[in-house]
Formats: sequence, structure tokens, C-alpha cells
Amino acid sequence: MTKEWTPRIVAFFCNWCTYTAADLAGVSRLKYASNVRVIRLMCSGRVDPQFVLEALAKGADGVLIGGCHPGDCHYVEGNYKMLRRFELLKRLLADMGIEERRVRLEWISAAEGEKVKTVINEMTEQIKKLGPLGMPQKFETWDKEIEHLAVEVQARDAAQGPCPTRAAQLKPMEAVHA
Amino acid sequence: MPKPKVAFYWCASCGGCEETVVDLAEDILGVVEKVDIVLWPVAMDFKYKDVAAMPDKSIVATLLNGAIRTSEQEELAVLLRRKSQYLIAYGACAQLGGIPALANQFSREQILKFNYEDCPALVNEKKTRPQIHFEEAGRAPHLPEFRNVVRTLDQVVDVDFYIPGCPPTPKLTKAAFDALLGGKLPPKGSVLAPDIALCDECERKATKPTNVAFTEFKRPHQALADPTKCFLAQGMVCMGPATRSGCGAACTSGNMPCTGCFGPTSRVRDQGAKILSSLCANVEAKDEEGIRKTLAGIPDPVGTFYRYGLAKSILRRKVDLAMTGNGH
Amino acid sequence: MSAKKEELRIGFYVCHCGHNIAAMVDCAVVARYVETLPGVALSRDYKYMCSDPGQELIQQDIREHRLNRVVVASCSPLLHEHTFRGAVEAGGLNPFYFHMVNIREHDSWVHTDRGEATEKAKALARAAIQRVAHHKALEIKKVEIHPDVLVVGGGIAGIHAAMTLANAGKKVYLVEREPSIGGHMAKFDKTFPTLDCAACILTPKMSEVGSHPNITLWTYSEVTKVDGFVGNYTVQVKRKARYVNEDLCTGCQDCISHCVFKEPKFADDFNEGLGKRKPIFIPFPQATPQAVLIDPEVCLNFKRNKNPDGSPVVGDKCKKTCVEACGEKHAIDFTQKDTLQEVKVGSIIVCTGFKTYDAGRSPAYGYGNYKNVYTALEVERLVNASGPTGGEVILREGKNADGSPKTPKSIGIIHCVGSRDKKTNLWCSRVCCMYSMKLAHLLREHTGAEMYNFYIDMRTPGKGYEEFYNKLLEEGTHFIRGRVGEVTDWAMTPEEEGRLVIRVEDTLAGVVRRIPVDMVVLATGLEPQADAGEVRRLFNMSCGGDGWFLERHPKLAPVSTFTDGVFLAGCCQGPKDIPDTVAQAGAAAAEALVLIDKGYIEQEPNTAHILEDECSGCKSCIPLCPYTAILFDEGRKKAYINEALCKGCGTCVGSCPSASIVQNLFDDQEIFSEIEGVLAYD
Repeated sequence: MTKEWTPRIVAFFCNWCTYTAADLAGVSRLKYASNVRVIRLMCSGRVDPQFVLEALAKGADGVLIGGCHPGDCHYVEGNYKMLRRFELLKRLLADMGIEERRVRLEWISAAEGEKVKTVINEMTEQIKKLGPLGMPQKFETWDKEIEHLAVEVQARDAAQGPCPTRAAQLKPMEAVHA
Repeated sequence: MPKPKVAFYWCASCGGCEETVVDLAEDILGVVEKVDIVLWPVAMDFKYKDVAAMPDKSIVATLLNGAIRTSEQEELAVLLRRKSQYLIAYGACAQLGGIPALANQFSREQILKFNYEDCPALVNEKKTRPQIHFEEAGRAPHLPEFRNVVRTLDQVVDVDFYIPGCPPTPKLTKAAFDALLGGKLPPKGSVLAPDIALCDECERKATKPTNVAFTEFKRPHQALADPTKCFLAQGMVCMGPATRSGCGAACTSGNMPCTGCFGPTSRVRDQGAKILSSLCANVEAKDEEGIRKTLAGIPDPVGTFYRYGLAKSILRRKVDLAMTGNGH
Repeated sequence: MSAKKEELRIGFYVCHCGHNIAAMVDCAVVARYVETLPGVALSRDYKYMCSDPGQELIQQDIREHRLNRVVVASCSPLLHEHTFRGAVEAGGLNPFYFHMVNIREHDSWVHTDRGEATEKAKALARAAIQRVAHHKALEIKKVEIHPDVLVVGGGIAGIHAAMTLANAGKKVYLVEREPSIGGHMAKFDKTFPTLDCAACILTPKMSEVGSHPNITLWTYSEVTKVDGFVGNYTVQVKRKARYVNEDLCTGCQDCISHCVFKEPKFADDFNEGLGKRKPIFIPFPQATPQAVLIDPEVCLNFKRNKNPDGSPVVGDKCKKTCVEACGEKHAIDFTQKDTLQEVKVGSIIVCTGFKTYDAGRSPAYGYGNYKNVYTALEVERLVNASGPTGGEVILREGKNADGSPKTPKSIGIIHCVGSRDKKTNLWCSRVCCMYSMKLAHLLREHTGAEMYNFYIDMRTPGKGYEEFYNKLLEEGTHFIRGRVGEVTDWAMTPEEEGRLVIRVEDTLAGVVRRIPVDMVVLATGLEPQADAGEVRRLFNMSCGGDGWFLERHPKLAPVSTFTDGVFLAGCCQGPKDIPDTVAQAGAAAAEALVLIDKGYIEQEPNTAHILEDECSGCKSCIPLCPYTAILFDEGRKKAYINEALCKGCGTCVGSCPSASIVQNLFDDQEIFSEIEGVLAYD
């Protein structure tokens, strides 16, 4: 990798408040860091903690979740459900060695384009300070320790005939059940 | 006609899976009658070189239990993969990492240091640690290498089927043998258990209200569980809703909540994240303070939600642990 | 799932949007990049994708290149998703085989580095390409629209909206919190700039509303609960007890004159407390409905304690001369209680108006401290012929030598009180410059006083407004440019003695001036109603940071809200004058008419459904649904979703512990591939 590292942040924004606020930031021509990739969901209540983990595992250095302010949810209480998940998810991530600042939940109303800018800039800066999380690279490093033996066994076995190739290290769950 | 050859092997696990094979009881005779067991170190005497000498694919099926932690386990996994037509991950450890994979929360150094230096029940004044190569009195014993990471079987070799459970039930094991011998195998990669969560077969299901709202979480030792009522309705974490059925609701029938050993349904990528999502969303409190207070009843989310599944979870391992070289 | 998968043939289009996107994103590079991705059959960049030729291009490509998925990278999907889905459908594909990438609002407009913006566009495009592969053909659901409309608030906005709909033959429920409709406009004397008499133009409309066969008018009532969704709202209205049966009261007011209180004694809200009323009263002469009401707080026939249900305890101390006066009509009913009524409507127009800024919050101007400092609304009543003084402008404090009430000889009007000020409200209240000049004109007309207007900027955009300003200048009204520092009674010269002194920096003359006047009028600004927050929640609307209700789009959907079937009109959306309010009310009525006359609304098919075989019946999802769309089938011991009630938030989907709920358009697989796509390294 010759390119200089910059944080990659995946954002899950609810359609009604935060996504609209990000649209407003655009219409108002506010300028902010280009590190965030927004995925639109109808409600922050749709944010499955699996999405957060998957984003981190696939190379995100941070995850931002944006929803309507408490009491303002377009779907009445979806944001509370996310808030509750977030409280435990934060602890779980800390136990798994992921810095708290990498995952953030923000309430941003449709009128708060300015807040979109502030939060994204702030988070980008914070993650720059933390450095890369680099999960895909970590998986690679972790799995290097078994390559060595596999090569050895393969060499030994080469004399004895063909051997079924080892499958990809990480088989996604969905392939498990066709 | 020669009988189909079958092998059993035991990696990082407690041995409970082997027990299940024995628990087939009379049924085992039916199995033994139809197959030829060519490797079963826990019960019979075989040597590595016996297996190595077999032609590739000459074993119809190998049921391998246990997670993969050492170089010896890797080697056998690779070897048995080559010798078998079907390699079956047998039990929670082989499928998901199991209890041994909880060690993925610690570095190898932490584990070795604790077990050979700090453990209060230990006498090891010289703080001697196991060595891969060691010579004494003219003998040179050789120990396997201890890896940094605990892995599932399918993170090391290609796996055809999974029989879940800690341990798998005799019923599922027999069904797997019947399918195997009857040539009625499902698509490759299948978990040989129903793809529906445990509540489906739990006797207590009817007692769960449709408006559960958690105000506290209790751990099994903190309360006397009502033997008939849904554990979640009693505020006890039960992994049932996020766990595959097929065990006959053994734990809940024995008045213990499900701890998730059958792993998630096929549609889920991360069992722990899913039960977390479901439990938390149903917490009653709306303010951060109240939410935190309720969730304080789950002091160890990793240990609770990934008791068997850490190696197979999306993150696999505590992310900030060091990787140290292969010498001990 | 072994059905043979058809080969993916994705068409990708990146829009330049003139320079809007192309200036910051290298569209050609994005198109070339996407071309290399698996499943992409065709990749183009084009000047304006939303134009007719742009849309035709998509249609043509679908036919000629057998495309089965389409991705457009352009503006926000909230703006043009509908347009492109239409184009995809016209091309012969199911419209949901489409996904949109936002590279304008979320990219080109907010970034400054072309390289970075282009990289971001590539990542977002890749995510969409990976996502769209999982899209499924969906059917648009049609929801029937109940033809009745609820209008909340009976000011000029609500009156106009209700009349428009009623005249079109639609049934309208008009709910007003006060005992009469009319709102703020009913309190005004004249309207700017034409100086029409407010009552003369409003009263006929009010009585039309009162008697219109298509309008059910509920005053002294409040909406307490709203359930349902566009086309099918169930609304609960609390009708507060008037202690007078509205249907029996003829408005003769004999009861008022026969009340045991010979003289009006209690502060009269309609007259801003300047006048007095009795315990039984009618808010103002033209009140609609023409029905009196009793204030149980002061009526002698009520005890001061409350029943367990919160209603006042009826006593029997009073001689009840009012009941006697009412006679045969039997309209007075001391046992009346608040009642709850439920109505079903298809759409709702919210016109809950504004409140005026509380002048007490600007203590430097002395309101509440100096009696001769007035708010503009008080002056409206003061100059009104039907006001507390019969239109005579007499001061609260001070008498002439002969003991007669004093008329001011000089009056200062301070603009922007509670407007355009970081300490109070940032916004311009839009009407104050104009009404201040109107009041200057009227006060001068009534008193011949010397008029001073203190302004920051004169804002007179509107038909005939600048001309009105000129007229005032010609009349000799003094306009002093400067924000007033304080109003004080501390005299420094004999001339100032006994008067109020306005201290101001005259920014045109460059001097600090002290101007002694007899009367000060504070041009208080407009603010959101005190309970705007609750009202917003009631109707599931959004508020801007300033507290005004938020329109769906400031330009293209100015009377719509983010909740389908709920529309806005008048000052609840932001300060505006009467012509704008009426125009907006008409627009809101037209939006409601569109719904009603079409008869149905097409709903985004983003609903969730439960996988029947896979659901374990754990019931975890059931309490999560705010619309009680998830039910438990006791027979099969599984949950199921009533898709007619599902609004597509996906909360149950994210929470299902065995992933046995699927949300159309936001399926797990679709989101996972989007996550992977935005993170894929090149």
C-alpha cells in the first residue's frame, strides 16, 4: 500500500433525519472530510449490530450511526432501540479491544446539516489519531501462522499424491447453507 | 462388499463429543455393523502413520471434534481432509470454536504466563514452560506448537458438513450417519440440524408474553428459576431465540437457560450480535442511565453471547492482541 | 433456492448534473471504473440524467442491452429516486431493480478535493452495484385514502384550508383550541398594506365556516392522539367543557347581562388583558361559534376544588341568574364534562400558528415595568373599534390636568423585539416592519401623535409594501435606524420629565440619541407555539432547530411534511404574513385534495415480512413494533406481520435473533453487500 492511510468510516443514517441532514449539508455547500461513506436505512432501529461488526471486519476504521433525536423518531421509537443496543455494543467492542471512539451514535435532525459536518470532521480527526483498525490486514496476519505448516504438510504430501486444496480461510456463513 | 470406512478425531475439546458417540448406546452397534472404524484414538489404538498410509479419499467420513489450536491439530486436520470424502465438523468446538475459543480474548503470552507462572494452584518455581524441542536423559520429546489464534475447523480446512452442539446429541449423530449411509446428504456446507431457533421446540415458549420489556437481567446463580416459565420472561439471558434448535431443548428442560452451543441459524453471520440486538431492543428504559443499569446485569457480553462462537464470530478474536513467534 | 440465476446485466449511469457533480467528481473515471466491476453490462456518464433524454437513454439501454438492473449515481434519492424508478419501469423492468447513488449532496457539494471526491464516488457506486444484484422485483402497494380531512387550528390558515376543501365537497373537521376561531387575525384592527379592516374580511369567512354543511367545527377542543398513517388516521379530540350547550345557545348573550357579576371583572384574554369580562362570556362579538362559555375558575357556581377526574366541583352558592335568563333554551349546563371524540380522516392539515415573543424577556425595554410600554398586539386591540377602549388610544398611566385619560402626543415603535438577535431569536419575523408601519399610521390617525420607528433594517418585500413605506415617510413618520439600547423613565432634561426616554444609537446620523415619548410600542416577533414540541410529536412531524415545523422540502414541498398525509400551513411553519398564509393554506388544501381525488397513495414497498418456516415464535419482535403490525399466531405459534400496518422502519428486522424477518429494499444481504462495496479496496 503506497497510498497514505486515511480513515474509512461507514455511516448508517436514518432516512428521515440524519440522511436528510446530510442532504441539507450538501445543499448548503458545507465542506467536510470525505472519509465517510453513508448507507441509508429507513430508521436507526434497522441498524443491526452485525452491520457495525461487519463494517469493522471489512476494513472500516470507524462506524457512525445517525438517527433522529430521542422523541423525534419518524417511527416513534426506533432510535431508542438503537440507543439500547449501542450501550451494550460499546461494552462488547471495548472487551474485544476496539477503542470506544471508533463507533459513534449521534442524533442529528433533518435541520442539522451543520452537525453532520461537525460530527464527521470530529470523528475523522479522532480516528486519524487512533490510526487504522485494519481488521482485514489483521485477519491476514493471524492466518499467516498456519500457512507455514500447510506449506510444510503440502510439501511432504506432494510426494504421496494429490491432496484437496484448503478452502478459503474465511468462509462466509451464508455459504454454509445453500 | 467392504464396509465404508469412518474416522473420529479429537482436537481442542473436552471429550464430550466422543461421549456422544458412546451415548449412541445400542444404536452404536448398528453403526459399527455398517461401518469400519479406521481411526478413533480415544477408544482404539491407531498411529499417525497408519492414516498417512491410507489412500486419499479412502475414508468415507471423518467426524472431527474440537477447535484447532496447535500445529498437531492442524496437521491432522489437513491429513484427514485429504483422506476423507466427507469431513464433518463434529460439535460446537469444531464448528464454532467452542469453549476453547474464549481464549481468543487473550494473547498466547497471557495464557502461558498464567498457566505456568501465575496460576495460584501451580507449583513451578523455575517457571518452566513447555518446549517444542527438549532433550533430557537422552530422550528428545517433541511437542506441538501452540498457536496465537483458536480456529474453527473450517478456518483451517474445507468442511463438508457440521453437526452442532456441546456436545451434539446422539439423535443428530445417528441422523447424520443415516443420511450419510443412505446417500441422502443435504447440500455441502449444511449444518445437520433444523434451521430454526430453539424456541420452536422449547416447552416454555407458550409462557413468554408478547410484551416482554426487560428491567433487569439476572444470571442463573442469582435467582431460583421458575421451572416452567420462559427464562427471558424471568429476566434471565437465554440464547434460545438466537440459537439453532435440534437439541430437544435439553438445557431449558433441565431448568437452565440456553447458552447457544448449537450456533446461529444459517441466516445469521454473528450470533452474539443478534442476541444482543434482540435483548437490548427489548429493554424497557429509554434513558442512558436506566438502560445502562438494566444492561449491567450482563457483565460479560463476550462470554455470554459468544460462549461457543467467538472463533466464528465476525471479529473472531480480541483485535489488539499481539501475535508472537512460534517459539515458546 | 436452486432456480437458475439469470445473468446479471447492470446498467450504470453517472450524472454530471451540469457542473454540480462534474466539477468535483471525474465522472468519466467513475464510469470507466464501474465498467470493470462484475455484472456490469454498460457504464455511461451523461450531462443530465434526470432530463427527458437522460431517462430515455435508460429506457433504450434496457431494451437494447437487455439490462436487468440499473444504477444511477446523481443527486439524493430523496429527490429523484422516483424519477428514475419511473424510467426503469418505462423501459420494461420492475422499478425496484434500481438503486441510486448520492454523489451530489453527499459528495461533490461537500468536498473540496477532486481526487478524494472521485474516490468516494467510486466506492459509493461500487456499493450500489453490489447491492443492486440482490434486488428483487417488488409491487407497489396502494393504500386507500379516507376522504375526510382534519384541519388543526382555526386561524386564517385553518379557516382558508377548511373552506377550500369544504367548497370542493370534502368533509372537514376543524379543531380549534380557543372558544372561537379567528386566531391572531381576529385581533387585528387593519391589515397592511391595504389597511383593509381585518374583521371585515375575516368575519364573513368565519361565519361561513360556522355554517358550512361540510365543516364540523369543534372549538375549545384539542387533538390528543393521532394513530394510523396516510389515508387512515384515527384522531382523538378532547372537547373541553364550556358549561354551555353549543347547540342550544343562540348567542343572545342575555345570560351575560344577567350574570350576578354586574360589572366585568376578569382579565379578558382576547383583548390581551386590556379589557375585562364576566365569568360567563363570549370571547369577542364576532366569535364563531356564537356561543357563550363559562370560566369555572371564577364562576361562583363552581367550588374551587376539583373532582377526582379533574373537573371542577359544582356548587350551589350562586343564584344562577344566567340560567334564569337563558330560560326555555336550557343551554347552560354546569355538569358538562370534557369529552373525548374520535374521528377517522385520510389527511391532516396542521395550522397551529404562532405565539408572540414575550416582551418581558427583553427587560431593557421596560415592558411590565413601565405601564406605558405596550406590545404591538395590545395596540392592535387598543386601536380597534371593538376593543376595550372602543378604539380610543388612551394610556395605561397618567391623566390629563382635567383628570381625563391621557392620549399620547408622541409614540415610539421599537422594531425587532425578539427577532434578529442572538440573545433571543435569530430569525426575522417578517411581519414586524410592516405591522409597525401600519400601527404608526393608525396611531397617528387616532391620536395625531408624533411617530418614531426604530428599526435595524426596513424589510418591505411584498406587493405594495415598499409603496406603503413611502406613504409612511410622506406622512412624516420618523424612521431612526438603530437597535434601541433601552427605554427608561430617568429624565435628564425637563422635557423628558414624566415621559419614557428611548435611548438609541442613530446609526445614520452617527450619534446616540435620547427620544422622549409618551408611549412605547414593542414590535414583538413571532415564535413557535409553546407546545409546538408536543404537537410535532402528536403528528409525527419534524422541527427545525428554531422550533418551527419542518416542511418536506423548502422549495419543492413547502407544505408537505416528512409524514405522508400531514400538511402544514401558516405560521406554524415559520413567520409569514396573511397573504402568504392564505396561499399556503390553499396549497395545503390542494395537496389534501390530490390525495382524496386520486383515492389512493402508492406506498414504498419497504415493508417487512416474517419467513414463516424459519420463525421460532420467540416473540422478541412483537413489542418492538410501534404500529402493532406484528402479531402472534397462536395456532401456528409463530409471529406474522400485517403488511398494511407495517411502515417499513426495519427495527424488527434488525432485532430478530434468528434473522427470520426480511425487509424489502433493505434486506440483510443488500446491506451487507453495500458495506462490503463501500469498503472494497482497489
